[in-house]
Amino acid sequence: MKKQIEKLIFLSFVGLLILGISSCNSGNKAEEQNTENQEEPQTEEVESDPMKNKGIGPVSSITLEALNADLAKKGGELFTNKCSACHALDKRVVGPPLDRLTERRTPEWIMNMILNPEQMVKEDPIAKELLGEYLAPMANQSLTQDESRAILEYFRENDSK
Amino acid sequence: MKTKKIILSGIGLIGLSLLFSCGNNEISSDSMSKDAASKVYVEPGKYDEFYMFTSGGFSGQVGVYGLPSGRLFKTIPVFSVDAEKGYGFSEETKPLLNTSHGFIPWGDSHHPALSKTDGNADGRWLFINENNTPRIARIDLKTFKTVEVIEIPNSSGNHPSPYPTENTEYLVAGTRFSSPLFGETDVPISSYKEKFQGTISLISVDKKSGRLDVASQILVPPFDFDKNRAGKGASRDWSFFTCYNTEKSNTMKEANASQNDKDFILAVNWKKAEEYVKSGKGKKVASKYCHNVYDEKTHTATSTVKNSTVLLDPKDCPGLVYFMPCPKSPHGVDVSPDGKYIVASGKLAALIPVFSYDKMMSAIQNKKFDGNIDGIPVLQYNEVIAGEVEKPGLGPLHTEFDDKGYAYTSMFLSSEIVKWKLGSWKVVDRIPVHYSIGHLLVPGGDSKNPYGKYVIALNKITKDRYLPTGPELTQSAQLIDISGEKMKMLLDFPTIGEPHYAQAIKADVLMNNSTKIFKLEDNKHPYAVKSEKETKVVRNGNIVHVYISTIRSHFAPDNIEGIKVGDVVYWHVTNLEQDWDVPHGFAVKGALNSELLVMPGETSTLKWEPKEPGVYPMYCTDFCSALHQEMQGYVRVSPANANVPLTWSLNNVSNKK
Repeated sequence: MKKQIEKLIFLSFVGLLILGISSCNSGNKAEEQNTENQEEPQTEEVESDPMKNKGIGPVSSITLEALNADLAKKGGELFTNKCSACHALDKRVVGPPLDRLTERRTPEWIMNMILNPEQMVKEDPIAKELLGEYLAPMANQSLTQDESRAILEYFRENDSK
Repeated sequence: MKTKKIILSGIGLIGLSLLFSCGNNEISSDSMSKDAASKVYVEPGKYDEFYMFTSGGFSGQVGVYGLPSGRLFKTIPVFSVDAEKGYGFSEETKPLLNTSHGFIPWGDSHHPALSKTDGNADGRWLFINENNTPRIARIDLKTFKTVEVIEIPNSSGNHPSPYPTENTEYLVAGTRFSSPLFGETDVPISSYKEKFQGTISLISVDKKSGRLDVASQILVPPFDFDKNRAGKGASRDWSFFTCYNTEKSNTMKEANASQNDKDFILAVNWKKAEEYVKSGKGKKVASKYCHNVYDEKTHTATSTVKNSTVLLDPKDCPGLVYFMPCPKSPHGVDVSPDGKYIVASGKLAALIPVFSYDKMMSAIQNKKFDGNIDGIPVLQYNEVIAGEVEKPGLGPLHTEFDDKGYAYTSMFLSSEIVKWKLGSWKVVDRIPVHYSIGHLLVPGGDSKNPYGKYVIALNKITKDRYLPTGPELTQSAQLIDISGEKMKMLLDFPTIGEPHYAQAIKADVLMNNSTKIFKLEDNKHPYAVKSEKETKVVRNGNIVHVYISTIRSHFAPDNIEGIKVGDVVYWHVTNLEQDWDVPHGFAVKGALNSELLVMPGETSTLKWEPKEPGVYPMYCTDFCSALHQEMQGYVRVSPANANVPLTWSLNNVSNKK
C-alpha cells in the first residue's frame, strides 16, 4: 500500500514536470501543424500537371515569342560552361537528361530551377522528388535572370528539332 | 522515511522543471548572473553585433570572433602555413611567405589594426605585424584572405607596428631589437652602445589598392622601441612610440634595462618625414627585402625582391622627432579619441603619465629642451605632462577609451582593468580579470568615435579557469559590460595563440561586402579551366600539368594514366561551383605537402612527385554533397621507362583532341 502511494506521488510529479516543459512549446506545435496542412493540397494539385507548375523563384510569368537563334547560341555557350559538368541533353549524368525539357516543364519552372535551386529542392514538389531520385542537389551557379532565359532558349531550340 | 525522500526529490524535480520550462528563472553564481547570460546570448541563426579580429600571437595567424557571443568563426592564416587551407603549401600562396631569408613557414603575429578613414575604422583592410622576421601583412576584409606581405628592411623585432595614421596614409613601425644595421654588421655584441642602431619605418598605403611600400626610415638610438600609436585630430601628423632600455644594455636586460627612472616617448612627425624625403634629405641605402602581393584575378601571389630604402637622419632633419621623458620602462602608448592626450603605461611605474599634445607643441616652440640624444631634442617632463593617474594598480600596460570620457587601462601584475576619467585623472572603478591581462580593447576604442559598450580583456594566463588540457593551457578573452557606471563581467572565452591586441568593428560595416564566390569569368589564372571541356593533362618533359575541375560531386578528369616515377605533377584544381559556401577539397595519396581547399571560381595548385609505381586515389576532402564520398578518382603511376600513353577521362569519355 505504502509503495503504491509512493509510486503515485512520484508519477504525478513526473507528470507535472512533463506538463511544465511541454506547455511552453504547445503554441509552436500548433503552428507547425497548420502550415503542414496548408501545403498538402497544393502539392497534389501541382503534381497532377507539371505544365501548370511555375516553380518558386523570381520568375512568375514569361511570354515566349518566336525562337531567337542568337539567344539560343548564347544559351548553348552558357550551358557548356555552367551546366554541362552535371547535365547532358541525351543522358543522365549527375542530373537528369534535358532533352524534350520544354515539353515537360513550364518555362518559368525551368528558369526558377536555375536561379533558385535551394528553395526549389526544398519546397517545389517536382524538384523535391528529383532530389530524392538523383541525390545531388541542383547547384546554384549564380546566373542572372537574362542568362537563365538564354539557357531556356537553348532548350527550346533543341526541342524544336 | 522513504516517502519523505521521494517527496523531496519530487520537489526537486518541480524546481528543475520550473527552471528549464520557460527559461525565465535565475541561475545565479558569483561570476555569471542571468542578466549577464542574456547579454551575450545570440539566438541560433542570429548574428553577432561585432566582428572581433584577434592576434594569433605565436600561431602567426588572425582569429575572427563574434561579439558579444565570443564564437570563433575563422582563423585567417597570415604568417604561418595552414595545411587545412593549403596556405603556404599551394603554389599560389607559397610566395606570400617568401622573405629575404627564403621561405619561412612560421611567424609571430602581434597587433591587428583596422584601416582608418578620418580616424575611424573603414572596414577595408586589416593589417598585422610580425615580430621575428619584420613584416606587415594586409588582409582584405571582403575575402578575409591575406593579400599582401611586406618585409621591413633594417629592422629587428617589428613589435611597435603596424598602427596606421588617421587616414591610413602610413603604417608606422619601429625596432624592438636594435642591431648593427648600417655599415659594418659583423661586430662584437659588446659594442652595442657604439655600433647598434634602431629605425622607425613609414610604410605607405595606396589609397585605392592598399598596396604597401617602404616610404622612408628614420635612424634612432639603440633603445628598445616597444609600442606606438598614431595621433588623431590635432595630433594627426604625429606617431608616438614608447621605448625602454635607454640604458643601451645588451645582456640581462631584465635587470639592466630597468635602471633608469625615466625612459622616453618618441614623437615622430610623419608629415615632416614626407617633406624631408621630397626635398631630398633622405639617403638611399642598400637594403634587401621582399614584397609579396596576391592577385585576386589570378588567385596567385608573386614575390618581388627590392633593393633599397630611403634613410632620414634626425641630425639633418630638425623638427622630425622628439623625446619626452616617461617613467619607467613604458610599454603601451595610446592616444585619446580627441587626439589631445597621449597615455603611456610605465610597466614598472607607480603611476600612469598622461602627456598633452598642446603642451608638447608649445614646449617644442619654446625650446624647453633638456639637451638631446643623437640629435633628437629631449623635452622637459614638466613642460609636456598633462596629469598623472595615481595608484592605478600594478603593471599598467595598455589603455583604450570609451565614448564618455573614460579610459580603461590593463594591469598585468595586479590582473585587473582600471577605469579612470580623462581630465581628472581619477580612478573610478576596477574589475579583476583572470589572469595577467596584456592588451585590452573597446570596440572602436582606439578611434575618434569609440562604441563604448564593452571592454575585452586579453589574458595571457588562465590557470584554473578551464578544464585542464595538460601542461599547455588556453589563453582567454573576457567580455566586460561598460555601459553602466560599474564594469560588469559577462563572458569568458578561450582564444587561439597568445592574445596580443585585437580590434572590433560593427558587423554591418563588413558583412554586406563579404565576397561569396569568385566569378569564373574573372578567373585569370594561367591554368584555370572555365568548363569541363577545357580540362586536360599536358606533359612537358618530366613536368606534367593537370588541368582538373571540381563540381558536386566529381572531378574532371577522374581517371589519369601515363604519369611516370620522376615526374613533377602540378594539379591545377579549378572549382567550377558558383554558389556560396561550396568549396571543394583536393587530396592525393603520397603528397608531401597538404590538401587544397578551393573556393568557388578559384584555381589552386598542388605539386606532387610520386615516388613509386601504382594507382593512387585522389578525393575531395571538404564535405560537398550527399555524394561527397563518391567524389574521387585515380591516377596511375608507371615506372620511369614505361610506355603507358598519357590519357585522361571522365565517365570513360576522354575530351582529348
